[in-house]
Amino acid sequence: MTTAEPRLAVIGAGPAGLAAALAAADRGLGVTLLDAADGPGGQFYRQPAPALGARRPEALHHRWSAWRRLRARLAGHLATGQVRQLTAHHVWCAERSPGGFLVHALYGPGQDRPVTVRAAGLVLATGGYEQVLPFPGWTLPGVVTAGGAQALLKGNLVRAGHRAVVAGTGPLLLPVAAGLAATGTRVAALVEAADPREFTRCAAVLAGYPAQLAEAAGYAAALLRHRVPVRPRHTVVRAHGTVRLEAVTVAALDGRGRVRSGTGRRIACDTLAVGHGLLPSTELARVLGCRTEDRGVTVDPEQRTDVPGIWAAGETTGGGGAALALAEGHIAGCSAAARLAGRAPDSAGWAGAARTRGRLRRFAAVLEPLYGPPAHWDEQLTDDTPVCRCEEVDAGTVRAAVRDLGAGDARTAKLLTRAGMGWCQGRMCGPAVAALAGGGARPTPGPFARPVPLGVLARAGEEPEEAVPGHRATPPGP
Amino acid sequence: MVVGAGTVGAACAFYAAGEGLRVALVDRGPVAGGTTGAGEGNLLVSDKEPGPELELALLSTRLWAELGAGTGFGTAVEYESKGGVVVASTTEGFAGLERLAAGQRAAGVAARPVAADQLRELEPRLAPGLAGGVHYPQDAQVMPALAAAQLVRAARAAGARLHTGRTVTGVLRDAAGAVRGVRTDRGELHAPAVVNAAGCWGGELAGLAGVRLPVAPRRGFVLVTEPLPPVIRHKVYAADYLAGVAGGSAALTTSPVVEGTAAGPVLIGASRERVGFDRSFPVPALRALAAGAIRLFPFLERVRAIRSYLGFRPWTPDRLPVVGPDPRVPGLVHACGHEGAGIGLATGTGRLVAQVLAGRVPDLDLTPFRPDRFREPTGSRATGEAR
Ligand SMILES: Cc1cc2nc3c(=O)[nH]c(=O)nc-3n(C[C@H](O)[C@H](O)[C@H](O)COP(=O)(O)OP(=O)(O)OC[C@H]3O[C@@H](n4cnc5c(N)ncnc54)[C@H](O)[C@@H]3O)c2cc1C
Ligand SMILES: Cc1cc2nc3c(=O)[nH]c(=O)nc-3n(C[C@H](O)[C@H](O)[C@H](O)COP(=O)(O)OP(=O)(O)OC[C@H]3O[C@@H](n4cnc5c(N)ncnc54)[C@H](O)[C@@H]3O)c2cc1C
Repeated sequence: MTTAEPRLAVIGAGPAGLAAALAAADRGLGVTLLDAADGPGGQFYRQPAPALGARRPEALHHRWSAWRRLRARLAGHLATGQVRQLTAHHVWCAERSPGGFLVHALYGPGQDRPVTVRAAGLVLATGGYEQVLPFPGWTLPGVVTAGGAQALLKGNLVRAGHRAVVAGTGPLLLPVAAGLAATGTRVAALVEAADPREFTRCAAVLAGYPAQLAEAAGYAAALLRHRVPVRPRHTVVRAHGTVRLEAVTVAALDGRGRVRSGTGRRIACDTLAVGHGLLPSTELARVLGCRTEDRGVTVDPEQRTDVPGIWAAGETTGGGGAALALAEGHIAGCSAAARLAGRAPDSAGWAGAARTRGRLRRFAAVLEPLYGPPAHWDEQLTDDTPVCRCEEVDAGTVRAAVRDLGAGDARTAKLLTRAGMGWCQGRMCGPAVAALAGGGARPTPGPFARPVPLGVLARAGEEPEEAVPGHRATPPGP
Repeated sequence: MVVGAGTVGAACAFYAAGEGLRVALVDRGPVAGGTTGAGEGNLLVSDKEPGPELELALLSTRLWAELGAGTGFGTAVEYESKGGVVVASTTEGFAGLERLAAGQRAAGVAARPVAADQLRELEPRLAPGLAGGVHYPQDAQVMPALAAAQLVRAARAAGARLHTGRTVTGVLRDAAGAVRGVRTDRGELHAPAVVNAAGCWGGELAGLAGVRLPVAPRRGFVLVTEPLPPVIRHKVYAADYLAGVAGGSAALTTSPVVEGTAAGPVLIGASRERVGFDRSFPVPALRALAAGAIRLFPFLERVRAIRSYLGFRPWTPDRLPVVGPDPRVPGLVHACGHEGAGIGLATGTGRLVAQVLAGRVPDLDLTPFRPDRFREPTGSRATGEAR
């Protein structure tokens, strides 16, 4: 490839990044696609499709064949060199440079070998990460995130006969519970904080989304088939166990999001999959100076951020599922192909994707307020509950900082207790600390998207251009 | 009435309460939410040339040591009197350091030249080939946010009242022009004296009282590494750091100060540039900090940086803080503009302000720190931030 030709770097090869890379490559733009994982697919496609048995709902089947088509198109572009794929490349930072951008990544078994990718434009498709709110016992082995449970499934670590509880809030709990049940795990309960009456109130609006309802109905049918008890308006108040998880206590919530006393009930299980929704990964966007809000990176109808030459798509701009991520990525790729070639894009060319995006964003906007952790979830936290695992800070310490030291928001609570200063940079405990401190935005990690050796930082950008000794241009997986 | 609950305001409230005064401390945010929560906590005498700032630093260092020895307080604020080592890579640089040290010794600083071959006894992981250095045993450190919070806590225990989440929007004055309190977004608070401890925003607060005070933000970054076992014993910095501190330049200067912390991570500070309140992270500044730290400590090459944070130092045109009563507005007392040394200088500043408020003669002559020393702006290159 000649360096004069403008190239697009796409960070993240999940649904959004893949769609962006393919749309741009189809329109003649050279693309470098980077992802930290060993293959493309992101959160959604990386896992094998949950095997829901013979009566697999049509919606899922659809998804799976869509994925096969994406992979075939990617293989075509890899073969011609139109797309270069850098798998197992962790982008730790990106910066503006004359004529474009530098994307700094680490690769190799120790994640310590540097490479810098130069590009005329960037698509940020870094997805999101799962939010988990603490409760007494949440650090016991056997308590995993909802996404982690799917990984366990993949590794066949969860075998038939094991008992799992799936808990938290959000639409992702359904597929996780259904997936676990389908692979032979006894799902002893699906515990969802949301109130079903709220859904009934929105029934008229929701009826406008038959495909999404069909998907949900498919999961519901699977749960019914596997006799999974569903406990709406409930929450896990405690996980029990000495060396590992043995049981959980779940309790009902009242109308104001408080635990109803006397409703606690113990359920034996050896796995608890918890999740309280996804939060956007926005480190790279922020270090590049792109505007972000709580929900994610701010974009315009072409998926452009407010920094010229940078697009963003998928979960990093706000949640809404894989189909939405695909639509947004497609639009970003089309827009980038035109704009980097110096043309104004013809939005009529992506009218279909724009319609899908509009519908799914509206759907997500309807669902969003229905889900959410119980308003007073932090009341269940005993003082000795660890909040920050990296720095070993418990809830009592954070409360004391607020009461005695004048910590009035998440940032000062962090400064005064070290909660959130450790390896994960508050990705895990940020929301909990913010709640205990009585508000304020959760502190945002950064500016590095990954820890970086100082020697690499000191010479960032000095490596020979895209010299990647022994890098593998991995063909898409089976 | 102290406005600003950073380390400086906290120290003013603490010492004023100790004088038996009735004290209220107001901040629009939480305690330590300003620059205090975004900097490092070096308490340095080593980086100051003989003169009024060094005198304030020596007073402050004594007071920090007193506080640090107090039961519980020292550990609570992570006070460590670990000493500093300034190193030079060239013989001319070393000669310069020795000259500075001689002057500092005359002013009462403990400063011991260290020959090249003894440097690594002091600091085993230092790079080979340095020309020499100076050891400053008085240099110490605290964790700044904890220092502010514990000073506030002690002030409250002595009767001070804390009002967080309350923005001062005006300074109330009587017919004769004297201060009688402040207006806030949640009502008025009355007091015969108002202390301006608003850090970078000290100029704005002075403006509310109708006087000009040129305080401008000077941005700085700190790099934080993964936690390490204690391998760096002192605060170690290169001689060129001194040029950066003393220089008033608006352009970026980076010269590393490397230090371990009680919690494990190594802190690498600090860059200096005057770019207004710009919160973006330019990679070149971070790159320069990392490179400088590796020049001092080659083993850092493979150590990972996990984050970086930035803050805005309260800068004044002549690089001295503004401490003492404002002759233009009776009842207004300033305690701001400490730039990159506000943590270190907080105790001395608090003590001096408390003495002024109590009507006593302050321990130091406040003339060099007086608020009306700045010339009125002429033309367009007026205030600090305009350059
Ligand atoms: C447990 C679970 C179940 C779900 N179930 C469903 C479902 O049933 N239906 C549905 O529609 N959606 C579901 N989702 C949501 C769906 O996975 C996401 O909406 C979708 O994957 C978003 O796509 P994306 O491309 O924006 O991000 P992702 O799929 O998250 O992809 C982002 C990619 O970016 C890479 N990346 C991030 N940062 C860096 C970096 N610094 N360097 C290099 N690479 C980086 C990551 O490795 C990742 O591959 C589920 C999610 C979870 C966690
Ligand atoms: C990267 C970096 C490294 C540093 N390293 C060191 C070091 O090693 N050693 C050292 O001594 N110093 C260091 N400093 C400098 C030090 O942090 C500052 O000098 C010090 O924090 C100033 O404290 P302060 O109390 O004056 O200001 P701040 O901490 O900023 O407090 C001012 C307070 O006033 C409040 N306020 C402002 N306006 C109003 C209003 N209108 N109403 C109500 N409240 C208001 C603000 O909310 C704020 O809380 C460093 C600074 C930076 C940025």
